[in-house]
Amino acid sequence: MAVEGAVASRSGLRSALPLLAPAYLWLTVAIFLPLSAMVFFSFMTDLPLAGKPWAFTLGNYAAFFSQSLYLTLLLASLRLGLEVTLWCVVIGYPAAYVLAKVLKGRSREAIFLLVILPFWSNGLVRIFSWAMVLREGGILDTAANAVLPFKINIDLMYSYPAVIIGLVHSYVPYMVLTCYLTLQAIDDSLIEAGRSLGASRLQVLRRVIIPLSLPGLVAGAALIFVPVVGSFMEPRILGGRTGTFYGTVIEDQFVAVFNWPLGAALSFILLAVVLVILAIASPVLKRAA
Amino acid sequence: MAGVKVSNVSRSFGAHKALDDVSIDFADGGFYALLGPSGSGKTTLLRQIAGFDFPDSGRIAIGGESVERVPVEKRRIGMVFQNYALFPNMSVADNVAFGLSVRGESKAVIATEVQRALDLVQLGKLGARRPHQLSGGQRQRVALARAIVTKPRVLLLDEPLGALDKALRVDMQIELKRIQREIGITTIFVTHDQEEALTMSDRIGILRDGRLVQEGPPEEIYDRPKSEFAATFLGDANIFRGDATGNGIRLPDGTAIAADVGDRLAAGAKASCAVRPERIRIATNAEAADGQANMLKGQVSKRIFAGNNSTYFVERGGQTLKVIVQNTGADRLAEGQEVVLRWSPQSTVLIAAS
Ligand SMILES: Nc1ncnc2c1ncn2[C@@H]1O[C@H](COP(=O)(O)OP(=O)(O)O)[C@@H](O)[C@H]1O
Ligand SMILES: [Mg+2]
Repeated sequence: MAVEGAVASRSGLRSALPLLAPAYLWLTVAIFLPLSAMVFFSFMTDLPLAGKPWAFTLGNYAAFFSQSLYLTLLLASLRLGLEVTLWCVVIGYPAAYVLAKVLKGRSREAIFLLVILPFWSNGLVRIFSWAMVLREGGILDTAANAVLPFKINIDLMYSYPAVIIGLVHSYVPYMVLTCYLTLQAIDDSLIEAGRSLGASRLQVLRRVIIPLSLPGLVAGAALIFVPVVGSFMEPRILGGRTGTFYGTVIEDQFVAVFNWPLGAALSFILLAVVLVILAIASPVLKRAA
Repeated sequence: MAGVKVSNVSRSFGAHKALDDVSIDFADGGFYALLGPSGSGKTTLLRQIAGFDFPDSGRIAIGGESVERVPVEKRRIGMVFQNYALFPNMSVADNVAFGLSVRGESKAVIATEVQRALDLVQLGKLGARRPHQLSGGQRQRVALARAIVTKPRVLLLDEPLGALDKALRVDMQIELKRIQREIGITTIFVTHDQEEALTMSDRIGILRDGRLVQEGPPEEIYDRPKSEFAATFLGDANIFRGDATGNGIRLPDGTAIAADVGDRLAAGAKASCAVRPERIRIATNAEAADGQANMLKGQVSKRIFAGNNSTYFVERGGQTLKVIVQNTGADRLAEGQEVVLRWSPQSTVLIAAS
């Protein structure tokens, strides 16, 4: 069986090669070349601009280990990634379930559009909208005080929760989409079969639906976790002084300090850490699935 | 085990009446076939009994206990789906164990019960496989084992053999019947295959457009259909239409057909007669009336030889009649030949025009 499958997929690959070629060409040009340049930079003392002298060094990587700040920030960013991913699961999975299994026809299309909308809006617009909602005297504060009989003071702006809210809002559509695709592929008769065997809705969810939609959850989590750990826009704008993370430090190296070699080295350390985490997580998740 | 009583159940989807005042008594331990064309409401009726859907009006009782508002998981039913609906993330044994496991049975009990159920469907050695590693017939057996391992009160099957090829289907029919006898479970079996309904069940209910057309043992429905629809849907029938005469009908051309079976109808009413193709005798001459009171002349337009029998299509007064003759080695009739058809009033069912 397995051998047959491998042979089939190999010959399938050969016939697909002409179709894949443009994609590989594009990947080479758009990702591989700039990335190699960055690898190169990360081992340099300075950018080879305007005839400045430069040499090869491991100093940029050593910097990460010589200052505990970088490690602290990396851990904070990993925690941010974990928290945002968890919130995206908590919010996105039920939404995907309702979209795939409860709503039908027109209402499904309408809700789907609402879920996708953040995708199509400009990232900065999205973040500044949240700033308007979250700041003191902003929309949330005003609304809460209009409804509640007592005076409360809501000022979430420039705080960790604000960063979480902004990031979850930006990334939750990934979770909804990947989970929706796997949930939608689950035949309704499986749910009915489970119930006919005496399982409550919750038992069917736990034993049938969640295991079968795990690939979607994992894909969504990977799509969210990786960019969130390196994010800088939301932390900077919504987090203010509290919004210093690993991603913002990297950004600083590129746009403020102009220490590209250090920025590149820090990026590759992040990439390595994320890959190690995914490598450790994948067999565990595969076994669960 | 328990009987199922469906009383005056109606269910509409929008303006469409999927079930219209259906009442059926499913006897305890019986094998009941629900037969009807696609869209006649068979699945809808089964889903009301299972509890996946609830009737707009009417009552459903399982083992004397009223269940209209009881959710599926509390009804203690077993269901086999047309597409098998096996859990792809579980092994065969875990699929079968599912119902026992959600009920909180101990591991030891589950293991013995699962093995017994798999043995019953002759899959005792395949417990470790995944559903996708099984053939269609094997999946069907797993689905059956999974449905009966929890000892449900009723077994519901929605066209369970529809996806199997002909030979496998016949095997599974025999197998299913054996298992049903062995555990004596009340079984409601949905099918659109009339042969399947005839051979397997001890009672048949025929549905059409959400209504129960006729209900009874297979022999009774076959021998005494109460409507043209029942006569032609379950088996083949030649239908004659005319006016009731008191002991039969008179065709528009004046020919009288005597009928001894079926309703007594007032003379003059519109009525039909149904005659099964195998009840008609075909001959080349009119001699030897031998009590076969009904007689028509016609011309053979086509003959289909099927080994053990032949089907003759006979043209008569703008109508094509079907006659099935066993292969006894007697002379065969040629296409174009003038023939005489004879059959007895006892083989003729009088049906009120609908
Ligand atoms: N959930 C539903 N929503 C709308 N119409 C339905 C639904 N279920 C069944 N129907 C309609 O009810 C009728 C009977 O369907 P069904 O019971 O599935 O027929 P059968 O099983 O005899 O083929 C069909 O016309 C079908 O379109
Ligand atoms: Mg159906």
